[in-house]
Amino acid sequence: MPLISLTNVTKTYPPRSRNESPTPAVDGVTLDVEQGEIHGIIGYSGAGKSTLVRLINALELPTSGSVTVDGRELTGLKERELRKVRLGIGMIFQQFNLWNSKTVWGNIEYPLAVAGVPKAEHQRRISELLHFVGLVDQAHAYPDQLSGGQKQRVGIARALATNPKILLADEATSALDPETTRDVLGLLRRVNEELGITIVVITHEMEVVRSLAHRVAVMERGRIVEHGDVFDVFSNPQSQAAKRFVAGVVATAPEGETLEALRSRHPGRIVSFAFADGGTGQSAIFLELTRRGVTFELVHGGIDDIRGRTFGTITLALTGDERSIDEALATLTPVATITEAV
Amino acid sequence: MDRLIELMPRLWLSAWETVYLVGIAMVIGGLLGLLLGLALYLTRPGNLLQNRTVFAVLNVIVNTFRPIPFIILLAAVQPLARLVVGTGIGNSAVIFGLVVGSFFAISRIVEQNLLTVQPGVIEAARSVGAGPWRIIRTILIPEALGPLILGYTFIVIAVIDMSAVAGLIGGGGLGNFAIQYGYRLFDPVVTWAAVILIIVLVQFTQVIGNSLARAVMRR
Repeated sequence: MPLISLTNVTKTYPPRSRNESPTPAVDGVTLDVEQGEIHGIIGYSGAGKSTLVRLINALELPTSGSVTVDGRELTGLKERELRKVRLGIGMIFQQFNLWNSKTVWGNIEYPLAVAGVPKAEHQRRISELLHFVGLVDQAHAYPDQLSGGQKQRVGIARALATNPKILLADEATSALDPETTRDVLGLLRRVNEELGITIVVITHEMEVVRSLAHRVAVMERGRIVEHGDVFDVFSNPQSQAAKRFVAGVVATAPEGETLEALRSRHPGRIVSFAFADGGTGQSAIFLELTRRGVTFELVHGGIDDIRGRTFGTITLALTGDERSIDEALATLTPVATITEAV
Repeated sequence: MDRLIELMPRLWLSAWETVYLVGIAMVIGGLLGLLLGLALYLTRPGNLLQNRTVFAVLNVIVNTFRPIPFIILLAAVQPLARLVVGTGIGNSAVIFGLVVGSFFAISRIVEQNLLTVQPGVIEAARSVGAGPWRIIRTILIPEALGPLILGYTFIVIAVIDMSAVAGLIGGGGLGNFAIQYGYRLFDPVVTWAAVILIIVLVQFTQVIGNSLARAVMRR
């Protein structure tokens, strides 16, 4: 059974003014998150992903549909019971949302106090968490004395204080520079691997999904338009939204201006070969073209890997006898996904 | 100058009366204002205990009473003062007037300063399972404490100012002293002695407020 299960969930906010019609922020979403996985949810701002993640820890209540966490149906629970559910779900935020009136220690202690953990155990648990996130020296600093990366580490320690099964990360790295982002992503990976905590990562950065998530859901206008293994979505995106996100981080088949530029510089037919898993695809392509006397030039593309599985798209400009080219492409159909620019 | 030396004991007594009037009024008005300010903040749409109707009603009440000039309010609430403190004149009635007058202003100051707390900070507290009352006590007020102290300092000074008209209904204090022994008897030296004491009182209040706020905000 999935750890988190959303079934046909809709969340509609009341319209801001009278003449506006209410538009759902989350619109009929069905999504399962399995125990132990890192699940990405990607979308542009306004896609509804922040609302979606808040439905999981009941900071927002759905207008309709059902949300189940760890076998427990959340809809219909009283606020008092929802608070207990939240104790088992940690959350970290883009703006960290630390309490400036409390020290690092005080920030991490707060959830323990809320959960009613005996005071005698606080010391041990807090120092354990400070070691885990590498902030032992900063225990008595105030949040405004810390760097962005350190603040997010405190946020993570605070979210983990009560040993939750689930960690929700709402744009957790979007306010950080690339290097700090890598550090924080590394820490989140450790949270998942060493502590076995299931993580739901909300982001608008495909790079975060690529380096962290196992599966991903692509959101657009409140709906999930694509859902699957990160490798599959990257190597073979289906929806327009997913294609745009993937194109932002890896070279895909050229379109628009890129394609126009290639055409003006290279004669012949512009053909893209997309392949996933294993390197045999490329050599087969080059051998076949050579065998049929087709001249080719590599004009665009790239090879990437996600957790050791490679995928990529190479775009070639082909010149030579039209029939030979057609025959070569027909032979290569089983080897790669072929798209010819028209 | 000779008259001033003669009036010295009365001047000190008046200064003490001002401290007493303002002090008691601030303790009561401060607490009531804190509660009303919290109610305004919490019932505001989108906040912890949002309730459009309650918020609208409270808003109208505050906006109705706040603009009444204090000198008029003091006379206007006399019947109410008789009911609550048993008399319509003297220092007790003045304190009642000051409480009513400062109550609504304090509630606005409290509301405004609570609004400076980032909503995300409250959300973080909700996300760890804290309930509204715990959040108010342990997150909301501590996070807004610095600005709240500065807001209260501002109000204390405004109430010192308001207390100057206490003489209207037979109350004491430095304002009354300045009018009765200085202005009415054409003695500017006496008037200015009272003014200087008021200035000292105001400066002292501001210094205390500033240093408390600085200690809380660590800057």
